[in-house]
Amino acid sequence: MLDSVLVANRGEIARRVIATARRLGIRSVAVYSEADADLPYAAEADEAVLIGPAQPAASYLNGPALLAAAKRTGATAIHPGYGFLAENAAFAASVLEAGLTWIGPSPESIAQMGDKINARNLMERAGVPVSAGTREPVADAAAALVAAREIGYPVMIKASAGGGGIGMSAAAGPEELAAGFETARSRAERFFGNPGILLERYVERARHVEVQILGLADGRVVALGERDCSVQRRHQKVAEETPSPGITPQLRARMLVAAVQAGQTVNYLGAGTAEFLVDVAAGDFVFLEMNTRLQVEHPVTELVTGIDLVEQQFRIAAGEDISFLPADLTCRGHALELRIYAEDSKRFLPSPGTITQWREPAGPGVRVDAGYAAGNKVTPFYDPLLAKLCVHGADRAEALDRGRAAVAAFGIGGLKTNLEFHADLLASAEFSSGDYDTGLVSRLRG
Amino acid sequence: MSEVRAEMVANVWKVVAAEGDAVADGDTLVILESMKMEIPILAEGSGTLTKLAVAEGDIVQEGDLIALIE
Repeated sequence: MLDSVLVANRGEIARRVIATARRLGIRSVAVYSEADADLPYAAEADEAVLIGPAQPAASYLNGPALLAAAKRTGATAIHPGYGFLAENAAFAASVLEAGLTWIGPSPESIAQMGDKINARNLMERAGVPVSAGTREPVADAAAALVAAREIGYPVMIKASAGGGGIGMSAAAGPEELAAGFETARSRAERFFGNPGILLERYVERARHVEVQILGLADGRVVALGERDCSVQRRHQKVAEETPSPGITPQLRARMLVAAVQAGQTVNYLGAGTAEFLVDVAAGDFVFLEMNTRLQVEHPVTELVTGIDLVEQQFRIAAGEDISFLPADLTCRGHALELRIYAEDSKRFLPSPGTITQWREPAGPGVRVDAGYAAGNKVTPFYDPLLAKLCVHGADRAEALDRGRAAVAAFGIGGLKTNLEFHADLLASAEFSSGDYDTGLVSRLRG
Repeated sequence: MSEVRAEMVANVWKVVAAEGDAVADGDTLVILESMKMEIPILAEGSGTLTKLAVAEGDIVQEGDLIALIE
């Protein structure tokens, strides 16, 4: 097993990785920016290193500073968490060049999937279904109009190197396309340093369902069930559940096969996620993209399978067997994750501030992955995720009941949170029915 | 006269309007950024932008003055 790990991340995910490292006897090193010195994860690691100023570019995105911190503390492996440098192939390569263990897929796999146009093309060739779309970057607004006419409206405009819904928009016709294209391109340039844009056929009533995979050290790829991520605001996930209430066993089986195929196509190693768009009306699915890292919403998979995914990441990176036999894998019950954000519950606008009160719910089937505690300051420099409230029940009804009670029992003071939104979500007939799609949040708040 | 103030701690990403501009209700004056989200700050009412109190790269606190429209 690995002897030590530097966690190149912050907040709840750093804390989550450190917890498993501790359980496995792996020495953990946290890194923190000047804004994060007081967060729980820094205190819970065996060692914590100041990495730079608050701005992400100077701290959590500063590859040389992270490698220097690893060297100084003698950490022999790097876990990137999600976001920041987790899907940066050049950083992964620099970790390997420094003689350290990279807890993730190879830089080649990351690069192949990181470019969404390339990923789509690869999947299409491998026989994984993709939607109608562009096979190379769209040069300008005029080319976008030509491509959209061929694809057919509505179309989705996306940054090829993108993520987190940034710059993404749907266009119902040529006028919206021209505006959306310019926005997407400037965002893509600014956030991802790559102006490449792709267009894809947009599905009106769609569910966003993803499959967790593990690429094993011996080359096999295993699927660990799906997660439904259709509750989204601004194309970003707010709540996830497993199993998906919106797919049939037949569709699930086909999606698991496609996810394994996607992983095998890029010789995938470690934990990854294949994202699909499910056309509810047609009962069919297409490949969207692959996230070559641990996913924010991985806890719901852990709750139903009883498997610690971070432990599997450590084992695979160390060249060892995973902790379970794939043939023995069973999913029990139903799990739900609610992302608790520092944002108001109506317009979802960010609400940084100081946390004056923090009271976590507890009880059977309740798991809270929190990045903050009372007294901590939530700064404007990073994403608004405060905690992930996860619940597990024998069936969906019990999971939802536990979710309602846990939301009511969660006490956060000092800043605005979306707890009230989650209470509304769990009270809504549409979510409770299970028959919902990615338009749910705008219907609830429209 | 209307005062436009920041609703939250944020970084000033882009200043779109300039002092002396004639602005209409709903025009974008500046774009703030907080928690990886861009927040356009809009003119509340029409008039002349007599003061622009922020520059790109500034950090504004909740309640800070961003602009004055007369």
